[in-house]
Amino acid sequence: MAKVIVVTSGKGGVGKTTTAAAIGTGLAQRGHRTVVVDFDVGLRNLDLIMGVERRVVFDFVNVINDGIRLNQALIKDKRTEGLYILPTSQTRDKEALTREGVERVMEELKQEFDYIVCDSPAGIEKGAQMALWYADEAIVVTNPEVASVRDSDRMLGIVNSKSRRAELGLEPIRAHLLLTRYDLDRVERGDMLRLEDVVEILAIPVLGVIPNDPLVLHCSNLGLPVILEPKSKAGQAYRDAVARLLGEDVPLRFTKPERRGFFDWFMRRSA
Amino acid sequence: MGRAEAEAARPTEAERPPFQVRGSLHTLVTLRLLEPDHPALMPQLLRKIAYAPDFYRDAPVVLDVGPVAARPPIDLAAFCARLREHRLVPVGVQNASPPWLEEARRAGLAVFGEGGHATAPNPRPAAVPVARGAAHTVRQPVRGGQQIVATAGDLVVTASVGHGAEVAAVGHVHVYGALRGRAFAGIEGDESAMIFCDRLHAELLSIAGVYTVAEELDPALSGRRVVVSRRGERLVVEPLD
Ligand SMILES: Nc1ncnc2c1ncn2[C@@H]1O[C@H](COP(=O)(O)OP(=O)(O)OP(=O)(O)O)[C@@H](O)[C@H]1O
Ligand SMILES: [Mg+2]
Repeated sequence: MAKVIVVTSGKGGVGKTTTAAAIGTGLAQRGHRTVVVDFDVGLRNLDLIMGVERRVVFDFVNVINDGIRLNQALIKDKRTEGLYILPTSQTRDKEALTREGVERVMEELKQEFDYIVCDSPAGIEKGAQMALWYADEAIVVTNPEVASVRDSDRMLGIVNSKSRRAELGLEPIRAHLLLTRYDLDRVERGDMLRLEDVVEILAIPVLGVIPNDPLVLHCSNLGLPVILEPKSKAGQAYRDAVARLLGEDVPLRFTKPERRGFFDWFMRRSA
Repeated sequence: MGRAEAEAARPTEAERPPFQVRGSLHTLVTLRLLEPDHPALMPQLLRKIAYAPDFYRDAPVVLDVGPVAARPPIDLAAFCARLREHRLVPVGVQNASPPWLEEARRAGLAVFGEGGHATAPNPRPAAVPVARGAAHTVRQPVRGGQQIVATAGDLVVTASVGHGAEVAAVGHVHVYGALRGRAFAGIEGDESAMIFCDRLHAELLSIAGVYTVAEELDPALSGRRVVVSRRGERLVVEPLD
């Protein structure tokens, strides 16, 4: 049974697109046919981060409104087998998406894919609601700071009330917390919230903790989902998160300070 | 509280009719008019709106004119215009006598069921009803931006109430979790209503219109299990452990 997963947040710039690209790639790496759909109409970042922006001809909005077939808009990823991208339009606005249109495309995608990962725009308005409308699960991307946590709390209220599942009285959307840009030094200094604090407030299960990692920006500039970079800690943490999404029991990493040996200390001093 | 009903109509000609008529039940705020000409009516109403603004904002309102039905009607169109200025939406009248019905029609208001007591005018304000018992139980966290109102009796939340969330009840408000948002007990004026919570981090606490904000709370009570009650014109927060 195909699963629709929305990657969402209240606050902008927290790492949704980075997450959608990483999780989508990770699911495909694990052998599941996966499509990543860009719901952020008007901005179109996903194809850039996934390195396919030079191959976009038709998009999601064309499929909904202009009679373009899904196969004409889907882009096959060249690096990862079984991975596809459905890009969005940069020239239209969020009004171009309708519930009927979204439902029709999602139903069609469900025939072909195991996982449909939806990259949502920020905010709690129509665009974000459209992205979560058809979801079965939600990954709520949150940074360890007060504003982001509060906005995630608001988003969870919307996830619980404004989805197709809620309106049809079906089992509610399963929400997961993904804490990203986790910076242990700043957490230790008290400048950022600890994982435990965030879990206390949001009261949903933790899918993963993604460390703050300069390689994320480096990879997205190269159009490479960070999960494909073995040296990246963020990439490793995303791989763990994918395993948990698939039901595996994987312990959390990067949530406690590493014990630094003399060698580390020496390297830092001489750096 | 009033209710609205409509009959379901069946399409006959077109296969896809341009509209559907559905019966539905809605919760409406009832404004019982005791002294409609009293100069303090609007100021007092505004005060009430001020302590639960989100509860009243754009709320559909039924005017219960039962207590004044024997008197000549007031200018309802003008009265409704003033309510609208404060973002209340008058939709109809209740317990109206024939002259009031006439006036309601002129003001474009619907007529609601008589509700049982279209009787003699009541010159004195009725005593505030004390309503208790868990009328409404919520088992999920109340998230920021959400609002839960128990329109009769107590509200019981067996989870946390987030920042920017509002919980309100005619009776007590119980929160078995952290209270981080706003809580309003006794929203219809019951001054003996109380607020209970497991961990106090509230943005605002209000009982029957008397309120206090986070900044005024004793920091020593932060995170504690407390009961909030009203003594005269102020709120008292006491630890329970
Ligand atoms: N784990 C991380 N470590 C360091 N930087 C990160 C991490 N995750 C995301 N970033 C950076 O944060 C910025 C925003 O990321 P991204 O575009 O994924 O966020 P978004 O939530 O999709 O934003 P928007 O709301 O604008 O769509 C980017 O510059 C990205 O490189
Ligand atoms: Mg984005």
